[in-house]
Amino acid sequence: MKRDHKQAGKPVLKLITCAVAGASALGLASVAQAQQTLNIVSWGGAYTMSQQQAYHEPWMEQTGDEIINLDRSGNALAGLRAQSQAGNVTWDLVDMLPADAMIACAEGLIEPLNHDELLADAPDGTPPSEDFVDGALGECFVASIVYSNIVAFNSEMFPEDKQPSTIADVFDLENFPGKRTLLRKPINNLEWALVADGVAPEDVYDVLETEEGIQRAFAKLDTIKDEVIWWEEGAQPPQLLADQEVAFGSAYNGRIFNAMVTEDQPFEIIWDAQVFELDGWVVPTGKLDKVKDYLHFATDTQRLADQAQYISYGPARYSSSDLVSVHAEAGIDMMPHMPTFPPNFATAIQKDDEFWADYNDELTQRFDAWLAQ
Amino acid sequence: MSQSPSVPLTTADGVPLKTSLRRAVRRSKVKAFLLVSPLLLFLGIAFVMPIVEMLWRSVDNPEVSTQLSRTVAALEGWDGESLPGEPVFAALAEDLREGQEARNLGLLSSRLNYEKSGMRSTISRTARRIGRVEPPFREALIEINDTWGELDTWKLIQREATPYTLSYYLAAVDLQLSPTGEIVQVPDHLKVHVGLFWRTFWMSAMITGLTLLLGYPIAFLLTNLPLRHSNLLMILVLLPFWTSLLVRTTTWIAILQSQGVLNDVMVALGVIADEARWQMIHNKAGTIIAMTHILLPFMILPLYSVMKTIPPSYMRAARSLGGKPFLSFRRVYFPLTIPGIAAGGILVFILSIGYYITPALVGGQSGRFITNYIAYHMQTSLNWGLAAAIASILLFVVIVFYMIFNRLIGVDKVKLG
Repeated sequence: MKRDHKQAGKPVLKLITCAVAGASALGLASVAQAQQTLNIVSWGGAYTMSQQQAYHEPWMEQTGDEIINLDRSGNALAGLRAQSQAGNVTWDLVDMLPADAMIACAEGLIEPLNHDELLADAPDGTPPSEDFVDGALGECFVASIVYSNIVAFNSEMFPEDKQPSTIADVFDLENFPGKRTLLRKPINNLEWALVADGVAPEDVYDVLETEEGIQRAFAKLDTIKDEVIWWEEGAQPPQLLADQEVAFGSAYNGRIFNAMVTEDQPFEIIWDAQVFELDGWVVPTGKLDKVKDYLHFATDTQRLADQAQYISYGPARYSSSDLVSVHAEAGIDMMPHMPTFPPNFATAIQKDDEFWADYNDELTQRFDAWLAQ
Repeated sequence: MSQSPSVPLTTADGVPLKTSLRRAVRRSKVKAFLLVSPLLLFLGIAFVMPIVEMLWRSVDNPEVSTQLSRTVAALEGWDGESLPGEPVFAALAEDLREGQEARNLGLLSSRLNYEKSGMRSTISRTARRIGRVEPPFREALIEINDTWGELDTWKLIQREATPYTLSYYLAAVDLQLSPTGEIVQVPDHLKVHVGLFWRTFWMSAMITGLTLLLGYPIAFLLTNLPLRHSNLLMILVLLPFWTSLLVRTTTWIAILQSQGVLNDVMVALGVIADEARWQMIHNKAGTIIAMTHILLPFMILPLYSVMKTIPPSYMRAARSLGGKPFLSFRRVYFPLTIPGIAAGGILVFILSIGYYITPALVGGQSGRFITNYIAYHMQTSLNWGLAAAIASILLFVVIVFYMIFNRLIGVDKVKLG
């Protein structure tokens, strides 16, 4: 990526160098063939790296296209709105959460997709509409991964015979003391508070729909409020855990996995009551022709399985799960680290996008008021 | 050589002098205008227009009146006492059908969801099924979602059908319209903004006070040291000033966090116990410490430039007339530095009101500013109307502060270096 970038910027210089050296035939070819530039918006960090290695690089090699990564998915909806209002959409493909994709779709910011026509069939010929997991294909959305919000802990901060294992332990200051870091949003926290208070994972959203349920969740959060540091960037919890600033941290499971495997941190994930959701691609209005081929390529069975070699997010296609193997660098088996691994998945909660679409504004305001008290 | 007064003065080519002078003046005026016109254009595009747009956006309310135009028209004359009749529901069905085809119901549902949680899914769920809906529409729509059977829903639509709204401003000061149209306080568990406005103001005032307290002696020292030493000191002031804001902020995190440098040093020296490390960051203290440091040069530099112009002989004269050191300082030197204090004060105060990155990083939950909410509503909740309303209030407050300041001190006395 970096190499291609440089060459595109200084083609003349590169041509001369190639001519003189006579050996950089490959570099020369990539300049000569450069078809088009794709601006792809994603989340950055380990996640963008996994996309880069699993499908951006193979695609660039195959076609000579240049792919530019923009780490703007955190504010993708705002960016799409602003670009469409300004009448100048510069993003070609955007990685987005399904809830945001629903809103963007209703506002006409992104293209409706005909999945069976656009996407690749599974190797055995199963059409995409049957090969993707439930909820992975929205009107304007195609998921690539299943990721999970979990709580992790630093195992060095607890005695060996007394390690936490359930979400209720996170709310138990007596047996598991220390600071916690949680996402500074009501999302996930309210769900976990209810589970820790004895609500069954499958009933969480029914309870949250009621005023008593919300009060119950906030009352449970009250019990640990003084011990919480609130995080806002995905990179913060692994950092705070590594510094032993906190004993527990809520996080995206891939970030924790990354810290465990590539940085050798003594972290462990509490899979109990993981809140999982999908994440994937949307196409800004007017860009479908440009990215059609790439989208077909990047969501095929092999590519999604490849991505799972670099990060512990489950592929959104059934046909890919069988191909998930070992981590590309560390060589460890990826399967037990996936959110969808059956023992991890037993008490999982699927994030209810419709609930959060309706109540996010109000609950966020309530959450902020609660924080300010 | 003398000319009679009746003959008009002319230039060498015979044009009357008056005309020629007028032309010259006009030409130079045009020239001057052309010279500043790039700047004026730039100010217009980059400064005035965004502010006008922001003010406009804080009251703009097009969603309901355009997206639900038929429904709004049909609602005219509705008594508000009982559910509207079949024609209104039929109009709503038609509006939603059209909106679903054009895919432009998103903004409408967000807009109504600000006022009444649950409206987003009510509209999207209804719109998804609208193709299969058969008359009578009233029963059919209430069947899809019973929100349509609530009186408040219709009152809300009727109320928000105006092209302009005060809702955003009300929300920005923790008020709302009740279903009957009266302005009421929001429930206590939803009050956020007013407290944050106050916190922003008093913390900014405190930061201003601290920078003055710390900056005044430094500026005095800078003025009175021999050039060799004062240059070195000046570099110490300017170096952090030139360093990136993010670098300085994150450095403070490294220094102040509970496993950070300062706590480690104090534990090593035995000042505090290892278990009782101080919490100096992710709270108000963190914001105040980091921002005081970051804004200090903005206080020192105006003070320095004013102090530099005060002749040392004034103090000597005061002393020789019998003034004790403190009295001469208070009666002679200090009043002369007031323009510098004023300039530094207003600069630091207004800058700190607008800070949001530093409070977001080191402020934790108790050290956040109202500006963090502007950023939040701009980028995350996407409630741009509310963001514009909060920002407009902030702008208004800054203007008021500036006017008070102008009354008390006078802008012409201010020196910025």
